[in-house]
Amino acid sequence: MSSVPDRELALEIKQHEVNGDLHWFELDRRDFLKLFGGGLLICACGAKTVAQESGGRGGGHELPKDIAAWLRIAGDGQVTVFTGKVEVGQNIRTSLAQQVAEELRVPIESISLTMGDTDLVPWDAGTFGSRTTPTMGPQLRTMAVAAREMLLNLAAQDWHVEPSALVASDGRIANPKTSQSRSYGELTHGQKLVKVIEGDWPLTPATEWKIAGAAVPKVDGTAFVTGKHQYTSDMSRPGMLYGKILRPSGFKASLVSLDDQAAKELSKVTVVRDGDFVGVAAPDIWSAEQPLTTLKAQWKVPPQLSNRELFAYLKANAGKHDQEPADVTGSVTKAMAAAEIKLSQSYTVAYIQHAPLEPRAALAEWQGDKLTVWTGTQRPFAVRDELAAALRIPSQNVRVLVPDTGSAYGGKHTGETAIEAARLARAAGKPVKVIWTREEEFTWAYFRPAGVIEIKSGAQRGGTITAWECHNYNSGPAAINVPYDIANRLIQFHPVDGPLRQGSYRGLAATANHFARESHMDELSQAVGMDPLQFRLKNTTDDRLRGVFEAVAGKAAWGKQKSTPERGFGMAGGFEKGGHVATIAEVEIGPAKTVRIRRVVEAFECGAVVNPNGLRNQIEGAIVMGIGGALFEEVRFADGRILNQHFSEYRVPRFKDMPQIDVVLVDRKDLPSAGAGETPIVGVAPAVANAIFAATGERLRALPLKPG
Amino acid sequence: MEAIAVIVNGKQQRITAPPDEPLLWVLRDQLQLTGTKYGCGEGHCGACTVLLEGKPVRSCLTQVAAAAGKHVITVEGLEQNGTLHPVQQAFLREEAFQCGYCTSGMILSAVALLGSNRTPTEEEIVHAMSGNICRCGTYPRIVAAVREAAQATKG
Ligand code: FES
Ligand code: FES
Repeated sequence: MSSVPDRELALEIKQHEVNGDLHWFELDRRDFLKLFGGGLLICACGAKTVAQESGGRGGGHELPKDIAAWLRIAGDGQVTVFTGKVEVGQNIRTSLAQQVAEELRVPIESISLTMGDTDLVPWDAGTFGSRTTPTMGPQLRTMAVAAREMLLNLAAQDWHVEPSALVASDGRIANPKTSQSRSYGELTHGQKLVKVIEGDWPLTPATEWKIAGAAVPKVDGTAFVTGKHQYTSDMSRPGMLYGKILRPSGFKASLVSLDDQAAKELSKVTVVRDGDFVGVAAPDIWSAEQPLTTLKAQWKVPPQLSNRELFAYLKANAGKHDQEPADVTGSVTKAMAAAEIKLSQSYTVAYIQHAPLEPRAALAEWQGDKLTVWTGTQRPFAVRDELAAALRIPSQNVRVLVPDTGSAYGGKHTGETAIEAARLARAAGKPVKVIWTREEEFTWAYFRPAGVIEIKSGAQRGGTITAWECHNYNSGPAAINVPYDIANRLIQFHPVDGPLRQGSYRGLAATANHFARESHMDELSQAVGMDPLQFRLKNTTDDRLRGVFEAVAGKAAWGKQKSTPERGFGMAGGFEKGGHVATIAEVEIGPAKTVRIRRVVEAFECGAVVNPNGLRNQIEGAIVMGIGGALFEEVRFADGRILNQHFSEYRVPRFKDMPQIDVVLVDRKDLPSAGAGETPIVGVAPAVANAIFAATGERLRALPLKPG
Repeated sequence: MEAIAVIVNGKQQRITAPPDEPLLWVLRDQLQLTGTKYGCGEGHCGACTVLLEGKPVRSCLTQVAAAAGKHVITVEGLEQNGTLHPVQQAFLREEAFQCGYCTSGMILSAVALLGSNRTPTEEEIVHAMSGNICRCGTYPRIVAAVREAAQATKG
């Protein structure tokens, strides 16, 4: 049974992989218990671990290999949680601390999280796929419950009473009868207590939450409004140099010749050539530009595709890597033949860029053959391995640390910058920091895959959908399945070797697949002559999906106002990664067919809400980001070059594009909490496309949407 | 290289740098005022916004020589006697950030706006701040925070 989630996880991770390394040079676990002083240490096993439990005082265990997280209570009562997850603006430093505080019965201020430091935290695949809340959350809560029970037992032993007679609250164990009370720190008696736990522990139900479930302000918020928080790009080390990389004149380039004489003659400048990698390091960032301009390089760039031929190329080159369809049910052929209403349409999505406001940055420092790298990545352990492979050193010699990072959106899974900084630092014999320019970020990072999605459908005149055939070329399989009850289905993803380096993005292909599916649903509702909301409700029995559709329709007063040529209303919805979403967009069409989104109403349900304010922030942010993909964002390229590599040419949403945003949170305390960083984005583009159609009668099937 | 005198957050600084070096790198790397961020280096994102004689400028496009003898305020200079600036307080209350990377630039743009217009309308806020990008999309919260700060400083 456990193979299903395993398979899903493997697929999930696969989708987050980035094809193609940027660089290739020619070229036991740690005894971590020693790191801890006295206090209590709880380790939580991942799901598959064989029981290896050990309590009692003394400690000194070999830890199981698949520990998911650990938690320490120090003699002074300070709680430190160690997790491989990282903070990139999605607010998990706060939401995870809330959950630990809740179960441990301590104030949130006494909790700190050590995140993404590969020497101190257990291995973790990475922070992506909205997995932190559904997986890491319960693991941390379980550890906290176990810690609380251990403390209750310790006090019970000391006081010779039953643990059940005692209460844990506010960082203390108390005996209400005798009014004896002792802090958690005191109870550990300065000894080292270690316990490895697994399995299910009784978690506090969401209905009883006091700290979890509340709008706790962002931990360390003050550091962000005062500029004190140190992102990777802000860090420095004694003697540090600044690195710059000489970029090829196009993708897939090879270096034919290099004249670096002039650069080498500059004082205090290190020039490195290693294979096709050319970089310099200099004492300050401004003077590092100069040697770069003196390098005379000749590159050979093979002819490459442009975005004009892209979609034809994707169709023509499919089939090489085809796997089983995601869903084959009934017979689409027969159902199509019998259908009273038939539709067949093709949708496309462009390559887009994450454009995190903090570009990639890394600071690398060598001590002998040991390497330490600070970098903003969503996958510290994967980056550690990338570094080890690129520099031909054992992984154990590499430590990666991830300061809270200036956003990522799925765009920072890789370690290019870390490798560049490390390579330069090795040559220079000094720490080196590399901060990518915006241009580099737009060109040498990876992209959200472009794709073509073809949908054929059949329905009865009464509005029941009977057949659904969907083929997605290149954009990805996430959320490719339909949330509607359709008896005959054939759904398949066709991977293609795309022309650009492509990888993960917020929601993966769920944005593309929702755009295609929910646009098609709108077309089908027109064809059968039904209201788009009624049509969707007629075709789904999923209560959670119906719940968000009804919630959003109520909030937006769907159907009260009719669309006119100047103003259109459109809706979309679906689910992915445990989050259920329904979105209604209201657009205003200007005289020159300009589109202005006036209002977005979105209902979102992701189980029990851990932090309503943080959740709203994520939903609003996802809606705003979704506006970019819906209306503006598109990477243009030709001959191995990106043609719009500046914010002046690659349009992202700005203040002036803001609609009124109304978020309806559906808090289901009876359901486990799911992540929310991604799914709220998926409904925006199709809702806007459907609203444009409602106003103008023009059906736009390509993202970004360009009417006229 | 001649030293260039700049008054940063009220303190005289003598800076040795090429006169055409952007103020951004001088602030960050020489004065360790890393609250001012690099986001594009081209004037298109506003992450590097500082106040030059009270006016918002893009420090990535401002040569350090242009700041000679002038007052520069960075995000680090907003706190007075341990009290956060009303705009900073409003950003905290509204939680008008996610990753926080745009926040310094946003706050300084807002401080500049409120310096010249104490009761901006929503349209005026949007107009004044449209050069600042928040890729995390916290614009609605930022607008709310600026309005709130305007309220707080009015009386
Ligand atoms: S860094 Fe100056 S405007 Fe972007
Ligand atoms: S909070 Fe991340 S860019 Fe604004």
